[in-house]
Amino acid sequence: MSRPLHPLWELTRARVLEFIREPEAIFWVFIFPVLLALGLGIAFRNRPAESLRIAVQDGPGAAALAASLDTFPDLRALLLPADQANNDLRSGKLTLVVVPGDSLTYVFDPTRDEGQLARRVVDDAIQRAAGRLDPRTAGERHLTEPGSRYIDFLIPGLLGLNLMGSGMWGIGFNIVQARRKKLLKRLLATPMRKSHFLLSYGLSRLIFMILELAALVGFGWLAFDVRVHGSVLDLLVVSMVGAMSFAGLGLLTASRARTIEGVSGIMNFVMLPMWIFSGVFFSYARFPDPLQPFIQALPLTPLLDALRSVMTDGAPLSANLGRLALAAAWGVVSFGAALKIFRWN
Amino acid sequence: MQVAVSCSGLRKSYGDVVAVDGLDLEVCTGECFGLLGPNGAGKTTTIEILEGLLEPDAGDVEVLGMRWGTDDRAIRQRLGVQLQETQLAERLTVEETLRIFRSFFDRGRSVDQVLRIVELEEKRSAWVSRLSGGQQQRLAVACALVSEPHLLFLDEPTTGLDPQSRRQLWSLVLDFKAAGGTVLLTTHYMEEAERLCDRVAIVDHGQVIALGTPDELIAKLGAEHVVEIAFQPDDPEVDDWLRRVDGVENVRRERRGILLTVREVHRTVPALLAGLRDRSVELSRLTTHHATLEDVFVSLTGRHLRDE
Repeated sequence: MSRPLHPLWELTRARVLEFIREPEAIFWVFIFPVLLALGLGIAFRNRPAESLRIAVQDGPGAAALAASLDTFPDLRALLLPADQANNDLRSGKLTLVVVPGDSLTYVFDPTRDEGQLARRVVDDAIQRAAGRLDPRTAGERHLTEPGSRYIDFLIPGLLGLNLMGSGMWGIGFNIVQARRKKLLKRLLATPMRKSHFLLSYGLSRLIFMILELAALVGFGWLAFDVRVHGSVLDLLVVSMVGAMSFAGLGLLTASRARTIEGVSGIMNFVMLPMWIFSGVFFSYARFPDPLQPFIQALPLTPLLDALRSVMTDGAPLSANLGRLALAAAWGVVSFGAALKIFRWN
Repeated sequence: MQVAVSCSGLRKSYGDVVAVDGLDLEVCTGECFGLLGPNGAGKTTTIEILEGLLEPDAGDVEVLGMRWGTDDRAIRQRLGVQLQETQLAERLTVEETLRIFRSFFDRGRSVDQVLRIVELEEKRSAWVSRLSGGQQQRLAVACALVSEPHLLFLDEPTTGLDPQSRRQLWSLVLDFKAAGGTVLLTTHYMEEAERLCDRVAIVDHGQVIALGTPDELIAKLGAEHVVEIAFQPDDPEVDDWLRRVDGVENVRRERRGILLTVREVHRTVPALLAGLRDRSVELSRLTTHHATLEDVFVSLTGRHLRDE
């Protein structure tokens, strides 16, 4: 049998072996993100806009109005008595009700995008049917090419989310378990260097990061034709920085907790803002300006920006140095703090 | 005679609870030294302070001529430690576990050698979670032996093991000692202390209440045998008569009967039986055994080593 090697190597090897022998972990790290991508990719696939469901309230001339509106391809118009129309509107089955009369009334919910849209489309249709002429003509060109679809936005988002999740959960649970089983205390009784122990978590994350990256990017490419427009090597470097950043943060969040429940609470508390604000599922530009400095300071935000910049825009690493530096700084500072406050007993 | 471990005036409290209360020890090189005491006596706290895992509130510790706080890594290179209740990583094999521990030490045995010593060669590729309690404990000792230590600390090494596993572990300790190693162990099994230890410190409430070889401690009872009797009808006044029976040194009442400490069983028992017949009480129990460290502990504290 071969001689034991450097402790850092032996510890890293043990981390990797422990991980791959845990089927649950394999599911959460490799299969779950792929399923998530599949589900969301299907739910938000590009398709022709659905026609808007509207109604014309029963009254003089209502039947003719409903029939004429129904001929417009964007609209599906019904003729309904007043109570039912109002009911269906309230319950969301209809987006708008037209009350006929000398002057028409549009009833809709102005806080819903669909309501606003229906108001414009219906009004347009009625005015045109009444003889309005548009003084200028305009054509349309539709975006459907790969790179601009929701799935193209989503795959890098899930990649970042996965780097965060598996770094935090994978490291946090393992450490707290070892602490509970007094394994950390036992290691403390050897001449092992503490930094070797903590670094072994970072190194094992690097190995799994490559597999995670391959699984998600490979799936996106095969199932949805999501391409990496930049260099694959650059993508690897960005992911590596992300994995290390969250390995540091994972170590820090697990550095004191004594129970699995305790560490779960801390992890959720740390990750929740990033789930919401960092732009995994939709752009963080939707949040108000005063929140932006906070959002930009979270480690996941620059990581996602860098991932999208390389994957979708095909930008080089040099365009992402600031983002990478911010993510790396989170990792280095967390690692240092974890080494300082780590509870071995 | 060289001193391997020494401590003096050791104190450690957890909040209001005083775990170690001014404890002095000296363990010589090449001996097996036992800390014997009931649960909560402060044995584990003491041994973990000596292992450098806990910091004492007060007191002086020297291990292999070095001190914690200045020579930590040098001491750890030469220590073998088995902690109470350590569970090794479940999804690693025996061999993988030993490889990790071996990698921390500058010098030591090969994994194969250690596997042979603890007789786990056949379990080399088994996951730790698949080992029996005794095998897991032997692996824990193997992790301590992998550095070929000069000094071995064992904290309740056989607690919870079946008799066969316990004997296997004992022979490991005796082999280690025979090869010149020094052992400091804690236990609440008096049989373990008698079988393994050259010297024993009996610990209670964080203090050493008796120190010596097992024979010396038993000799201090003043008599080497214990006779246990129970009879009907019982009468507390009989104690005074029992004290006067030929050869009885001490009389002690317990839940299950009366314990007499005696010098010579063959003289005391006939006298005892004759006396009981005269008093027309019916004997329901009579057993005798050699006095043990348990009897020493009971005579010192009035309590047993283990709660029954």
